[in-house]
Amino acid sequence: MADTKPFDEMYNADGSVREPYRALAAWLDEQKGKALTLMQADAEAIFRKLGITFAVYGSEEGTEKVIPFDVIPRIIAAQEWKELSRGIEQRVKALNAFLHDIYHDQNILKAGIVPEKLILNNAAFCPQMMGVNPARNVYAHIIGVDIVRTGPDAFFVLEDNLRTPSGVSYMLEDREAMMMLAPDLFQRIKVAPVDTYAENLRATLESVAPEGTSGTPNIVVLTPGIYNSAYFEHSFLADQMGATLCEGPDLFVEDGKVFMRTTMGPERVDVIYRRIDDAYLDPETFRPESMLGVPGLFKAYAQGNVTLVNAPGTGIADDKAVYTYVPEIVEFYLGEKTLLQNVPTYNCTDKDQREWVLENLADLVVKEVHGSGGYGMMVGPTSTKAMHKEFKQKILARPDNYIVQPTLALSTCPTYVNSGIAPRHVDLRPYVLIGDEVRITPGGLTRVALKKGSLVVNSSQGGGTKDTWVLEE
Amino acid sequence: MTMLGRTAQHLFWLSRYVERAENMARLLEVGYRMSLTSRREGGESEHLISMMQAAEIDEEWAKKDRVADVASVTDFMLFDPSNPSSVQTCLMMARNNARTVRTAITSDMWETLNGAWLTFSQLKSRDVRGAKLLEVLEWIKRISHEFRGAFLGTLLRDDGFAFLQAGGLIERADNTARILDMKYYVLLPQAKMVGGDLDTQQWTLILRAASAHRSYRHVYHDRYKAENIADFLILRQEMPRSLFYCARFVQTQVQNLATFYGCSKSCDVAAAELRAMVENTTMETIFAHGLHEFLTEFIERNNTLTTALSESYNFYQDAAVA
Repeated sequence: MADTKPFDEMYNADGSVREPYRALAAWLDEQKGKALTLMQADAEAIFRKLGITFAVYGSEEGTEKVIPFDVIPRIIAAQEWKELSRGIEQRVKALNAFLHDIYHDQNILKAGIVPEKLILNNAAFCPQMMGVNPARNVYAHIIGVDIVRTGPDAFFVLEDNLRTPSGVSYMLEDREAMMMLAPDLFQRIKVAPVDTYAENLRATLESVAPEGTSGTPNIVVLTPGIYNSAYFEHSFLADQMGATLCEGPDLFVEDGKVFMRTTMGPERVDVIYRRIDDAYLDPETFRPESMLGVPGLFKAYAQGNVTLVNAPGTGIADDKAVYTYVPEIVEFYLGEKTLLQNVPTYNCTDKDQREWVLENLADLVVKEVHGSGGYGMMVGPTSTKAMHKEFKQKILARPDNYIVQPTLALSTCPTYVNSGIAPRHVDLRPYVLIGDEVRITPGGLTRVALKKGSLVVNSSQGGGTKDTWVLEE
Repeated sequence: MTMLGRTAQHLFWLSRYVERAENMARLLEVGYRMSLTSRREGGESEHLISMMQAAEIDEEWAKKDRVADVASVTDFMLFDPSNPSSVQTCLMMARNNARTVRTAITSDMWETLNGAWLTFSQLKSRDVRGAKLLEVLEWIKRISHEFRGAFLGTLLRDDGFAFLQAGGLIERADNTARILDMKYYVLLPQAKMVGGDLDTQQWTLILRAASAHRSYRHVYHDRYKAENIADFLILRQEMPRSLFYCARFVQTQVQNLATFYGCSKSCDVAAAELRAMVENTTMETIFAHGLHEFLTEFIERNNTLTTALSESYNFYQDAAVA
């Protein structure tokens, strides 16, 4: 797979331009001389001025980096998007049904479809959630689904992000920047708007307020604070929604109800869009040493007096090992075949599969079940023999700690680099909101591996982003 | 909608730190000028130390166990992270407070502070040697002017604005009172009996520290005189760094909060008391009861107002200012 040319989003194999990219290709041809170089420089100035940054852990205090932005947008045809959305909607409905089941009757375990051990012994499983009923039965309200493409009709889900998916601020700011940089392009190409996100997020959060909330629900965004890598996004979203940005000590629980400390005394809080991990939410229920959380919060939540978004314990559904069962999960709860395929995944606890995997490690990708952000993984074709050997030992020692997948030929998209325009690998993270209805923002975050040949698109590993255009019909 | 007590607190301290950075630059300028013109042996060190006493950072300095010369004191005042009032500490704290309440300030305000911090953190000791020092001090004062311009021009006139303004004014009043207290003996009426060049020079420096050496002439059309200078910096309402001006405007901000929230609080009393202290008095009365005693009481009442404001509007007790 690695030696065939990957699917190019813009060009057919014969070099002709694919239909959705016609207008963009014509526009790119018209850009004379240094036009794109200047645009790229302007883009950087815009991002720095807006302060769209992420903090870099381990670097000097106060260091914030601007995420690299590529000025050539990625385009998705209306029909392609329609199919993707249907697949995404199906997937998130099934995952929410799965979460409800896991924390109630556990029918899927009883039916032997998902192994009991995989769930009950999992660190992401939250026993405190057993029997808790979140408003409208929604567990994961905000989901980012990572999707890769390998051919004209071949979309695969690489990962579901049900905990606290980040990056949505980049999606919104990328569009802002693009509209400033190339307004003429928007006159030629009809692009579906993404700036409805904040409005939809607010509507979603309001719709899952606890029953009996009177008047407009009081919504807050709970952040760990300014040293968190995604702090910009937290303040950006609070700002866009008109919600209060809180830290743990701003909130307290009394009589099972949550209040925030305002200039005029306590004020009741109905919905908390929390951007801190389960373990730190409530020192009385989870990690006792947590300074970020709110004592008594979980109890208030379990009593139905406040809504936590996303619910604690949703991580069990985006566990990399559970991921391999998503097609079965879709079928079990919805009685439908999955519309979006998983990347084929090998299970190392199975002896035959393990033996095959260990023989072919040089062609495969190995991921730690609980790893994220591109850490703890090995991409076979670009790794040394020593690394193959190292991961062989690791897999043998703990076969259940790893999943193994073929090296996918991720599609490429024309990208502006030092030498001009060149194809670079991309993935896509659309954002889904689930409340009284499912709302999917047309577009998402396209991440691009800026290094030639690299398949790793994470910002922590030097990836950049592109504006993502869903064409209107 | 009301805001978090913590947000109010960050806004309050944000502007205090910007104001303090400006005042540190002013004080250092005075200390530097005094040391340049000192004719006595050891005079340089003495002037610099009295300047640090005014800023109440002399104890921190004493821990350093160093000779107070211009280079080492400049480093301490500008760059020392262990000095809680160094310009570096002030700008960093201001920026951290701003970052924490980004949703409550405008992008113009944020960009001013962020830009100032980025530029300042590139500065090295060698950039402030000799004639360059005054240039850098001018620039630091300009940050404060620019920040004030940014919020006056862009910020909503709501509760947040009042907290921000109150912080800046309380800090400024504190600084003016300290500058006066540092040299109160040259301002006493009997000092005019002493007269002479030394006093004139010290008066000039006091006025300079309050950015008032030119505006003094416009108000008094007269030579520098001790009682005029004291009057100018304490009771003159047209002087924007005078104690009366600050106390009056802080009270306006506190009243604005009471109107905004539709209730009265203990800080309303504290603000009224601070104002009354400088409104219903004359320089004669102040001199009669003791200038130093008056200034000490003013600083105390100003602190009481901060405490009352914190309690009235639920700031955090641990003053967690980023």
